[in-house]
Amino acid sequence: MKDVFEKDHIVRIKDFTRDELTTVFDLAEEMIPIAEGKKKNNDLEGKLLANLFFEPSTRTRLSFEGAMKRMAGRCIGFAEPGTSSAKKGETLADTIRVAAGYADIIVLRHPHEGAAQLAANFSEVPIINAGDGAGRHPTQTLLDLFTIKREMDSISGNHIGIAGDLKYGRTVHSLTNALSMYDTKLTFISPPSLRMPEEIIDELKDKGIHHTEVEEIDEVLEELDILYMTRIQRERFPSEEDYENVARSYHLENDMLRDRDVNEDLTIMHPLPRVDEINADVDMTPHAKYFQQAANGVPVRMALLKLLMEA
Amino acid sequence: MSEDQEKKMEDKKQKEIKITPIKQGTVIDHIRKGRAMKVLKILDLIDRDIESIVSVAMNVNSSMGKKDIVKVEGMELKNEEIDKISLIAPEATVNIVRDFEVVKKHRVGLPDKARGILKCRNQNCISNQDEPVISEFEVVAKDPVTLRCEYCERKMKGEEISENVI
Repeated sequence: MKDVFEKDHIVRIKDFTRDELTTVFDLAEEMIPIAEGKKKNNDLEGKLLANLFFEPSTRTRLSFEGAMKRMAGRCIGFAEPGTSSAKKGETLADTIRVAAGYADIIVLRHPHEGAAQLAANFSEVPIINAGDGAGRHPTQTLLDLFTIKREMDSISGNHIGIAGDLKYGRTVHSLTNALSMYDTKLTFISPPSLRMPEEIIDELKDKGIHHTEVEEIDEVLEELDILYMTRIQRERFPSEEDYENVARSYHLENDMLRDRDVNEDLTIMHPLPRVDEINADVDMTPHAKYFQQAANGVPVRMALLKLLMEA
Repeated sequence: MSEDQEKKMEDKKQKEIKITPIKQGTVIDHIRKGRAMKVLKILDLIDRDIESIVSVAMNVNSSMGKKDIVKVEGMELKNEEIDKISLIAPEATVNIVRDFEVVKKHRVGLPDKARGILKCRNQNCISNQDEPVISEFEVVAKDPVTLRCEYCERKMKGEEISENVI
């Protein structure tokens, strides 16, 4: 298994080959009973993970901590920038070199784009990027892909609709990049002012990936295998009225799913936290997979920790 | 003197400036108008402790329109130094002069990477935050020249590149 995974660090999703993704997903699948507490594991006993969170992110931090502890590893670190040495003016490069002397692996969340690459350049131990600025968040993309694979049996062959703020959303950019490695049909659903950046569309064209752009979820809902919803932020709109107009058409309710002839296996995903894009009455439908998606973060991160530390 | 004659005189004068020979050194010709100072900066000819006389001609008439010229006397610039110029002046030609003769003439070539000569245009990039790092860009397209930051992956092209020479 290891022979197709040669990474020292996890910085960006683009660095993964398709074989490496498969390696991660296969191992994550094996990790599920351990992540669910049904099976014991002590593969990382004696190993120490440093969580360096220069900006708060409860879910990501907890899932890394959970992943480490499910394999008998331990964690140190900080969760608030106010408690770190950066407050005293220390460079990130120094913080990383010091932490690399304490721990076997570092998980980094940082407000500046490119922070994870810098950390990788200075670290003696593996770095995992847990989000750097408006830049990258590769482990989110890995758990998104893993969720698609589990729910649909394979990633290729699906028609995937990605809805919401496609202009600024880093999650959807990384996801689109990753999906372009597979044979999928993509539909981007967004208001005109929040369309997918041209740069990403151009890359899809270069790779010959089938994609279309529409403005309303309704236009494609019945054709989709997967609907990936994201949040539309109020502050992106010039007025409250503009926002309300758009937000209404990106609000998914159970009625919408019932009235339409949606695919029986339609899978609805969301990176969470949601605000009001998905009504609570959708949660009880078999289509809602966003909580499962969040839970999948643990086995995926377990797989990464194992691959990086046992390499 | 007619207007036409005046213009001819002016052109002749400009031409004289352009071809004022140097005994030995490097003449960088066909620099896009207004970019000569950036070329000096990118070659580190402003602050570097060198013996050479560096002369700059700006806004020179040529058959292709206005251009800038840089002459560095007594110093033959190396290819890898010269290639950096291509990031901001891709049309430039470089003449190596020995004993008043041009012995080598070539167009600048694009390097694969640009290290430490540009800053990233993304203010939120980690390379702009007083960290002990040298900026690094990969050349991802040649026409137009497009660079991608090795840290934040933000791309720069055209004026953005010349505006961000360190």
